[in-house]
Amino acid sequence: MKKIFVILTFASILYACGGGESKSESKTEESIEATTEGTAANANPDYDPKRGEGKFTAETVKIGATIDATMVTEGEKIQSVKCSACHKLTDEKLVGPGWAGVTKRRNPEWIMNFITNPDPMIDKDPVVQASLELCLVRMPNQSLTDDDARHLLEFMRKNDGVK
Amino acid sequence: MKKNIIILSSVIGLAMLSVVGCKPKNTSNATSADAAQKVYVAPGKYDEIYNFVSGGFSGQMSVYGIPSGRLLRVIPVFSQDPEKGWGYSEETKPMMNTSHGFTPWDDLHHVQLSKTNGEVDGRWVFGNANNTPRVARIDLSTFRTQEIIELPNSGGNHSSPFITENTEYVVAGTRFSVPMDDANGDVPINTYKENFKGTLSFISVGKEDGKMDIAFQIECPGVNFDLSRAGKGVSHGWFFFSCYNTEQANSLLEVNASQKDKDFVMAVNWKKAEEYLKAGKAKKQAVRYAHNTYSEKTHSATSEIKTEVLVLSAKELKDICYFIPCPKSPHGCDVSPTGEFIVASGKLAAVIPVFSFDNIQKAIAAKSYDGEFDGIPVIKYESALQGEVKKPGLGPLHTEFDDNGNAYTSMFVSSEVVKWSLKDLKVLDRAPTFYSIGHLCVVGGDTKKPTGKYLIAYNKITKDRYLPTGPELSQSAQLFDISGDKMKLLLDFPTIGEPHYAQACLASLIKDKSVKMFKIEENSHPYVAKGEKETKVVREGNKVHVYMTAIRSHLSPDNIEGIKMGDEVYFHVTNLEQDWDVPHGFAIKGAANAELLIMPGETQTLKWIPTKVGISPMYCTDFCSALHQEMQGYVRVSPASSKVPISFSLGAK
Repeated sequence: MKKIFVILTFASILYACGGGESKSESKTEESIEATTEGTAANANPDYDPKRGEGKFTAETVKIGATIDATMVTEGEKIQSVKCSACHKLTDEKLVGPGWAGVTKRRNPEWIMNFITNPDPMIDKDPVVQASLELCLVRMPNQSLTDDDARHLLEFMRKNDGVK
Repeated sequence: MKKNIIILSSVIGLAMLSVVGCKPKNTSNATSADAAQKVYVAPGKYDEIYNFVSGGFSGQMSVYGIPSGRLLRVIPVFSQDPEKGWGYSEETKPMMNTSHGFTPWDDLHHVQLSKTNGEVDGRWVFGNANNTPRVARIDLSTFRTQEIIELPNSGGNHSSPFITENTEYVVAGTRFSVPMDDANGDVPINTYKENFKGTLSFISVGKEDGKMDIAFQIECPGVNFDLSRAGKGVSHGWFFFSCYNTEQANSLLEVNASQKDKDFVMAVNWKKAEEYLKAGKAKKQAVRYAHNTYSEKTHSATSEIKTEVLVLSAKELKDICYFIPCPKSPHGCDVSPTGEFIVASGKLAAVIPVFSFDNIQKAIAAKSYDGEFDGIPVIKYESALQGEVKKPGLGPLHTEFDDNGNAYTSMFVSSEVVKWSLKDLKVLDRAPTFYSIGHLCVVGGDTKKPTGKYLIAYNKITKDRYLPTGPELSQSAQLFDISGDKMKLLLDFPTIGEPHYAQACLASLIKDKSVKMFKIEENSHPYVAKGEKETKVVREGNKVHVYMTAIRSHLSPDNIEGIKMGDEVYFHVTNLEQDWDVPHGFAIKGAANAELLIMPGETQTLKWIPTKVGISPMYCTDFCSALHQEMQGYVRVSPASSKVPISFSLGAK
């Protein structure tokens, strides 16, 4: 009996540690990042919050100094079919966060990993987990190809003002 | 006459008594101690085997996992299924079309997995419609009915859909002989002998796409064709059909079709029939039959009425068909794995005759005939026979085979499975079934290479096997371990409708090619909305087309105005999700049909005719996310004379 009590107490402490930090609904994505960055390494020691989890790395994603217009056109098509139902191009939240500024907050490889491999990252990434607490809908896997992901990234860059 | 009936009913009565009498006092004794372990599939683990089970009078096909006996899916085939919108959505309604118009129900008796080299290839499963004769093809990457073809000149498609060893043909023999479709059918019923014909349909199957087409039919004497099997290995190129009612009775068949000592198995040389077809010996006949196909690109079915069929006459083209006498109303007609033996079960007989393909060929060469039946040669029984299984039990029906040279025959009247050896036709073992077994299924049991291991009995009577549920009980299947010398009962499991035949194969043949979703880029539905930008509401006279999208967790548009009484509203809902297991549902208040259930990347259409002025709510019916209860909207319906213009919106404040 005593043992059970101890375990229960331990469990409730754990629960409090996990959920306590990002309760406020008014938090922006930046402030979530600031408060959760320190704990990320502890929760998932193998997880790299800068890169995310997936096939893309800083080495494999080549970013030009200027916008590739062809890629942007392709990216816009995909955005219209597979993304626009939930994400606005401004900073306003619809189902998920607005896209404005995303390429400034996140690394290119993180973005491409997240949109092609959302489920493991929703389970591990502290920023995404905090975002889920606000949005309550797990971002669906929209079965994007590698090229789709790259084209969307280019579209997001243009949306963020890259010329 | 009356005396006959009395005798027959007392025989049946006695048989029923003996069934009850056979029941062991404690049925739990029938299972061995390790049975639970053998059927336990731990949570999250997969079954080893897919079992495709006919749904009988439900008109559908069910899929079970073996050894757990868990129901994995019910595939709608010939009957409407409101749960999946099958036969209710505008896209699937054409699948129910026949020459009689919209036909929303049927009776699916037999299933056949497609084969290559006589082994299951895991591509398609076929099912028959017994009532309004049709054959369906189900794709095993989507587990959906992709094609249904109607059969002309047929009165009840029971002897079907059995297939040749490379799925060259699906075959369908008519149970009821009837006048041919191009003849005047308005004849006295008692002119059966002159006017009624039996036909065997050979449906070709496209090697790559599986597309079905009636290649030819063979016109035969008017009898009842019951079951059939293709030859394989040495007997490839031949087909074997069991026939009863060779008395050609048209009333009280229970008595009048059981007069003769022997009915027939009909051996059909279909390679020869192909030669005659090539040589132009077939007659073109004017008929009407529906051919329905479902496309996974347009996510829609089309129905075409065809008007011609090629018919070969068994009477005129002498060397296609041969009758072989077979004791008392043969039912099952099963071919051994090597193709050497044809096992026919006279359901009222006390022996199981085993015919040899080699002997049949020799008898034909030597013209060892016992005269003719309606112009078809009758081979001497003894000339075709390999031997008889003596005293197998009462009421032999169906036989399947294992990988060790054994055969398993279901015994309806004595309610048991009897195992016997193909080598010497000696009975090796018996296992009681609860109660009154019909078909049975060994994994791969009709192929060149049976897997063996499990046998499943599909029983006709359930009685006390489960908790009572009023007068109607679900029918009972029973799983046996056949890996040892003795058959061991492992498990009872309930089934849908009334299962007749079933087939089973290793899960590895199918599971990895299962489709998870449809690519939205490839959706070519005429009313697709690829993204919310393309959603709109368009009026065309009194028809209103709503191009709608669904994604977790909203419908777009979700506010629609300008609908008027007298309108026909078509909700074309595209599911924008691109992930596995995220269907959305759609329902609107007062709809006189069903819901839609839309798979990721698909478009489906619900027709709605408003019946009241006012506000009609609509919502997603399939729990999709934490905000599923928010996935809803409103349609405003105004009087017919109203001037409210069409308008639509999402997220307007």
